[in-house]
This record gives sequence, C-alpha cells and structure tokens, in this order.
Amino acid sequence: MTTSADTGIFSVSGERAAIETRGLTRRFGDFTAVDGLDLTIPDGVIFGLLGPNGAGKTTFIRMLVTLLPPTSGEARVAGFDIRREPREVRRRIGYIPQLLSADGGLTGYENLMTMARLYGVPRSERRERVRDALSAMGLSETAGLLARNYSGGMIRRLEIAQAILHRPRVLFMDEPTVGLDPVARRAVWESVRSLRESSGAAIIITTHYMEEAEELCSRVAIMHRGGIAAIGTVESLKEEAGGAESLDEAFVHFTGSSMESGGRYRDIAQVRKTASRLG
Amino acid sequence: MTSHKSARQQAGSDRQGLASLIFRVLADFFRQTATILWVETVKIRRDPFSLFTRAVQPVLWLGVFGTVMARTRAIPTGSVGYLEFMVPGVLAQSVLFLSIFYGISLIWEKDLGILSKYLASPAYRPALVTGKALAAGVRALSQAVVVCVLGLLLGARLVLTPSSILGVLFFLMLGAALFSTFSLVIACLVKTRERFMGIGQVLTMPLFFASNAIYPLSVMPGWLRTLSSGNPLTYQVDALRALMIPGARSAMGLGVDFAMEAAVFAVLVGIGSWLYPKSIR
Ligand SMILES: Nc1ncnc2c1ncn2[C@@H]1O[C@H](COP(=O)(O)OP(=O)(O)OP(=O)(O)O)[C@@H](O)[C@H]1O
Ligand SMILES: [Mg+2]
Repeated sequence: MTTSADTGIFSVSGERAAIETRGLTRRFGDFTAVDGLDLTIPDGVIFGLLGPNGAGKTTFIRMLVTLLPPTSGEARVAGFDIRREPREVRRRIGYIPQLLSADGGLTGYENLMTMARLYGVPRSERRERVRDALSAMGLSETAGLLARNYSGGMIRRLEIAQAILHRPRVLFMDEPTVGLDPVARRAVWESVRSLRESSGAAIIITTHYMEEAEELCSRVAIMHRGGIAAIGTVESLKEEAGGAESLDEAFVHFTGSSMESGGRYRDIAQVRKTASRLG
Repeated sequence: MTSHKSARQQAGSDRQGLASLIFRVLADFFRQTATILWVETVKIRRDPFSLFTRAVQPVLWLGVFGTVMARTRAIPTGSVGYLEFMVPGVLAQSVLFLSIFYGISLIWEKDLGILSKYLASPAYRPALVTGKALAAGVRALSQAVVVCVLGLLLGARLVLTPSSILGVLFFLMLGAALFSTFSLVIACLVKTRERFMGIGQVLTMPLFFASNAIYPLSVMPGWLRTLSSGNPLTYQVDALRALMIPGARSAMGLGVDFAMEAAVFAVLVGIGSWLYPKSIR
C-alpha cells in the first residue's frame, strides 16, 4: 500500500498532471483571496502565474504546498490530495517562499545539509547531492560563507539549491527574482531552465514581470482578483487579447489594469524585505 | 504474482509492516529533531559573546543579592546556608529567564520565510518543536558552568559527584526545554515581536516569585504556596537543591519533580506542534 516516491503521480491519480485543482477557494473573513480555481498543470512544464499585487498568487501557492488549508475545493499535487495526504505532497515538492527563507546564521553548505537531512536524503548520498546542487547553482566557491553575507541573487540560488536536493516532482517559486538586479535575474532564469531540463520537474513560478514569463514559461495564467482571467501560451494569450503586441498589452486587456498600478503598503514592505539582504 | 496469501501469512506480514513503519517513523523523528538541534547549536557556537551577556544576571543575583541576604540571615533556610540555598535557585532562575524569551527566534523565522520552508517539508511538527527545545537545553548548560563556578568562588559548598552533576545537567535540560517550549507556544499565539517581548516581561517575574527560587515554600503565605506548587519552576528548583546541596533532601521527591516537568513538557510540545503551522497562516 505504500507508494514509492517515483511512481506517485501515475499510479495514484492515473493522470499525468503535476497539479489539479477543482473549485479551490480561500477566504480571509469576508474577503475571497482565491475564488474557485480549476486548473490543471501538466508534468514537466514551467508554468507562470502572473498577476498584480493582491491577485491571490501567494495564497494559491500556499494552499498547494499544504501551508494553508483551503476554505473549499480540492487539489492534488504530484498525485496526492493536499488535505488528506499532506505528508505525501510535502515529500514530492520543493517550495521557495516569497520571503527570504535561507538561514543567514548558517553557511550555504549548512543550509543545504539541513534540508537534505530534514527531507531524509540517505546519509550516503547527502554530501554528493549537496555538492552537486551547489555547483549547479554556481555556489561551490562560496559554500563556506555565512548566508547573511550573500548577495540577493546568491541567496535565491541557494534557496533553489535547497529546494531541489530531494529531487521534487513539483517546484514552487513565489516571485523568485523580485528585487534582483538584471544580471542576478538572468542567472536565476538560467538556473531554472537548466533545472527543468535536468530534472523534468514541473516548475510553478509566480511573477510580476512580463519579461520573466516570456523568457521562461511555456504556459501562463493571468490571475486577477482571485480568479484566472486567461490561460495559455504567451502567444495564444496575445492573440486572444485581440492581437496584442506584447504580453503587457495582453495583461492590461485581461485585467483592466497595468502591472504598475496598485501595491499597498503591506505588499511594498514585503517586496522590500525580500529585496534586502538577510539578517 | 501470488495473490492467495494465507490469513496467517497476511497477519504476520502486517505485523512486520507495522513494526517497520513504527521504526521508520521513529528514525525520521529522531533525525529531524537532531537536525534542528544541530542547526541551533551551530548558531550558538558562532555567538560566544552572548555567553557573557547572559552571565550578567546570575552574577548580580548571586554575587549581590545572595551575599547581602546571606549576611542578614532574614530568610530561614534551615540547616542550609543561604548562599547554598541560592545557588540552585539562581541557576533555575537564569535558565527560566533565558528560555522564556526563546520564542523570539520563532517569530524571527516566521517573519522571514524560514519557518514556512520547514513546515512545507515532510518533517514532523513535534520534531521541529523538540529540536528547538533541546537546543534551549544546550544553551542552558553554559549557565550551569557560570553559576556553579561563581557559587564555589563565593564559598558555597556544593555536591560535585559525577552522579549529581549529571542529574543537575539533566534537570537543567528538561527545565530549559519546558520553558522554551512554553515560550514557543506564546510566540505562536502573539505573532509579533513587540507583543512577545511585552508578554515575556510580564510572565517571568510572577513565575520567578511564585516559586521557591529565593525563599523556601515554608515562609510563603498559603495562597502563594498553592500557586507555587503548580509552578514547574518550583519542581525544577526542588530537584536542583536536592542534587546540589550537601545533605539536602527533595521536598517533593526527585521522581515527582521529574514526572511533573516531563508531563508539562510533553503537553507543551503537543500544543506547540499544533500551533506551529497555525502561526504562519
Ligand atoms: N493571512 C491573511 N489574512 C488576511 N488577508 C490576507 C491574508 N493573506 C493574504 N490576504 C489577502 O489576500 C489577497 C491576496 O494576497 P496574496 O498574497 O495571495 O496576493 P499575491 O497575488 O501574492 O500578491 P503579491 O503580488 O503582492 O505577492 C490580498 O488582498 C491580501 O491582503
Ligand atoms: Mg505574493
């Protein structure tokens, strides 16, 4: 009756879907942050979730990674029900929160070792996997430095390394490049692309940046006020928006607002916090 | 494939399955607890300065308050000198003060994304909580060295047999684990640093004064004695006195002291594990 890690999504759900949600809803008091989402994300894609501040992206992700119970609706991640089998889900996902999540008081190496042990990577493989993850993210040289001395881009890459040690089937990245300079941003994009090629994991990215979605994502959903305003490839969205020139234009078409507008104090404070260095 | 197993074979393999499941769960639990403990001790090692700042309070209590009160002979401590009487009390108190603010680290980790990341991992919640508690215990051990050395320098006569030292260390770990988990529970409930510091301040003094740390139960008015006997710190002090002071006997019995503290700790770990994931919602 135990399902081994690598047969999970085929044997249990019988479908090749990294994520399936039905009517997934989350309310905070009277306010509906995520409103009845039906979404299927196939295995092995880089999926972009675009939306302005407060659209519900983070709330959606936090339900899928089992940190926030839905108010109603269902979801399966890597073939397992997020409510009934949260531990099975957790075993198979990697999660990089919107906020900084590397421990500034530990070195890069120690940060990785911590995750390898928590996830139960076999002792005999730990060192090797940590070493591989460090070199894949270009952090081998700086592995011995305290993470609080890393730059923003290095921290993001460290967090990616932490999230892939246990070879997840689905990787969630909540605004992975917010607050990074263009060079660091490109470096993160490179890492994400090579990750998809080498691991075959589905990668779910939320972002504010159209350019990021265009660069990385084979499929995109535009989120607006807790719902999905449009979904498809970048090209198909432009077409659907009446032949928009850019994804920006398509975005305005679907949400009636540009990405620049909005942004209340809480959101801005959060972005700033993410952008600044650790500790 | 053989699909017709006899009932007995089936039961046997079920039992084996259960045993191996329990083994796996325990192995995971201990590994995860040890991981959190390791993380915290690495950080303690990197911060030797805090050893000094933490030593200030017990030095004042013992060196100033203790020596002055010992000269007045105002507090009846029976056949035991007041200084001897104070050493275990100050030790327990300094561990309490140290542990009661431990939850601030949880709020810190919550405000960053560290806690979210731990909670999205398959680690058992009680393992995350217990690991932190044991780390608080390790921090408490440095206080033991400071307080005991100071006590000896001031002329207190303490029992220094290996078994008593081990006993003291064990109870210190347990006490620190208990109060730090209490602190963690409060941190889960109040959620912000400012409120947490406020509540920490409010809690420490009552816990301290409603205990036998600096005066014996026998001199307390009835209502205070009743309060004190529900206070885990009282049992902690009682055990430490019995172990450290020559010829002293435990008022409650070491077994009762242990049972009381272990039970409160277990309940707090339960509550903490339940509140942990709620703290980030
Ligand atoms: N714990 C909470 N309690 C109350 N309201 C919340 C809570 N979390 C989120 N919200 C509200 O739900 C809405 C969606 O928030 P969410 O963080 O999911 O948006 P987002 O799309 O991730 O935005 P951003 O781009 O700023 O990260 C916001 O209006 C927010 O204020
Ligand atoms: Mg967000």
